[in-house]
Amino acid sequence: MKELFYQRDVISILDFNRESLEVLFEYADRMLKHIDTKLSLLNGKVVSLAFFEPSTRTRLSFEVAAKKLGADVISIVGEEASSVSKGESLADTIRMLDSYSNAIVIRHRYEGVAKYAAEIAEHSVINAGDGKQHHPTQTMIDLYTVKKLFNDIDGLVYGVLGDLRYGRATTSFLYGLSLFKPKKVYLISPESLRVREEVLHVLKERNIVFEERRNLEDVIEELDVLYVIRIQKERFPDPLEYEKVKGSYKVTLETLKKGKKNLKILHPLPKVDEIDERIDYTSYAAYFIQAKYGVPVRMALLALIFGVEP
Amino acid sequence: MSEEPTLVVSKIRNGTVIDHIPAGKAMDILNVLGINGREGLRIAILMNVESKKLGRKDIIKIEGKRLSPEDLNVIALLAPSATINIIEDFAVVEKHKVLLPNIIVGVLKCPNPTCITNKRGEFVKTRFRLISRDPVKLQCEYCGNVVSGDEVTKLIAKRR
Repeated sequence: MKELFYQRDVISILDFNRESLEVLFEYADRMLKHIDTKLSLLNGKVVSLAFFEPSTRTRLSFEVAAKKLGADVISIVGEEASSVSKGESLADTIRMLDSYSNAIVIRHRYEGVAKYAAEIAEHSVINAGDGKQHHPTQTMIDLYTVKKLFNDIDGLVYGVLGDLRYGRATTSFLYGLSLFKPKKVYLISPESLRVREEVLHVLKERNIVFEERRNLEDVIEELDVLYVIRIQKERFPDPLEYEKVKGSYKVTLETLKKGKKNLKILHPLPKVDEIDERIDYTSYAAYFIQAKYGVPVRMALLALIFGVEP
Repeated sequence: MSEEPTLVVSKIRNGTVIDHIPAGKAMDILNVLGINGREGLRIAILMNVESKKLGRKDIIKIEGKRLSPEDLNVIALLAPSATINIIEDFAVVEKHKVLLPNIIVGVLKCPNPTCITNKRGEFVKTRFRLISRDPVKLQCEYCGNVVSGDEVTKLIAKRR
């Protein structure tokens, strides 16, 4: 299964199977043991971080992960900081990064950019988010977090709440869950932010038991994992549409009291106002540990892509 | 002048005849095939001729060029009823119906404005995968967007 990662592109979580993700999780466990040391596994390698869209966790955790493995990192942060702002094509920018480095991590607001970059570059391309479509490494972290918390990913009841239309983290998470055997998945969103048809198509094709709902309160009692995402304001073509749904859902302590005691809330972050801040200090909140796992999981992925063992 | 309207245009010696095109679609078919007349091919376009099957139909005759089934199958986007006749020495040597291919490259424009295929300054051909034949559903291989039914024909890009 290790071979499945070697020198490959990481475009969608659907490019993987559960066995390969289990190998990744095992590597992540090993990385956790070395998390306070600097390894030399990727000495002499250069990793490009091309972030044409804002990012805190993904970019920083990739940078830390690469550096902890001994690699050097070069970065493009925002279009204005690169020659793309002078009119250079993305294709030419990718060619340059490909010639300066051994792997390219890319984020862009256009869907399909990572696939396009992978067609151009000879080295591995890792999708760090393409528009509303994929965010495979976030899903690797999310599933790893679930596994750490529940010791299993199968057999749990999941609620995925929020902007399921534009959220790439939730889209990828649902694709990721489809590689496992969840007991049931509730898709909870306002009508206008329902999950897209292509996502439903994948869930149906993979025989995932799911149900669309409008209210968290109706299903909270059943959930083991609640995955929340903010409304993706930046992806709304029409600001008026955003105004209509702004603040349309919020997880409160009162709602959680009706749920299971060991319910865990995941969130890819940043969060805005969709989770009551008091929840941050409860055992429900798993999103900070989830963010922390960003480093070992991305270290594991890079190690597997470069074919080195911790 | 003959009373047979289909005899207005003479038979071709060698080449391809696309028959049973819904009336009025011939020009769109040529567009999908990327044929603009400047290739120098002798082409006859018959429009709105009588048809037992369709009532009225269009026919395209292309002299001197044998189009491959892969090239022609994309016609199924516009004319699922179309039939292809390959002509050699005035005789039909092959006859088949069009069948929508599993991958359609460079024919449709993705309707998603933030799909990489719509980004200005990038040269990237659209690529759609057939995920359902009936009803027709196609998925953009870049952005994942699904298009179906009547929407598909509206997405055919100008290729001439």
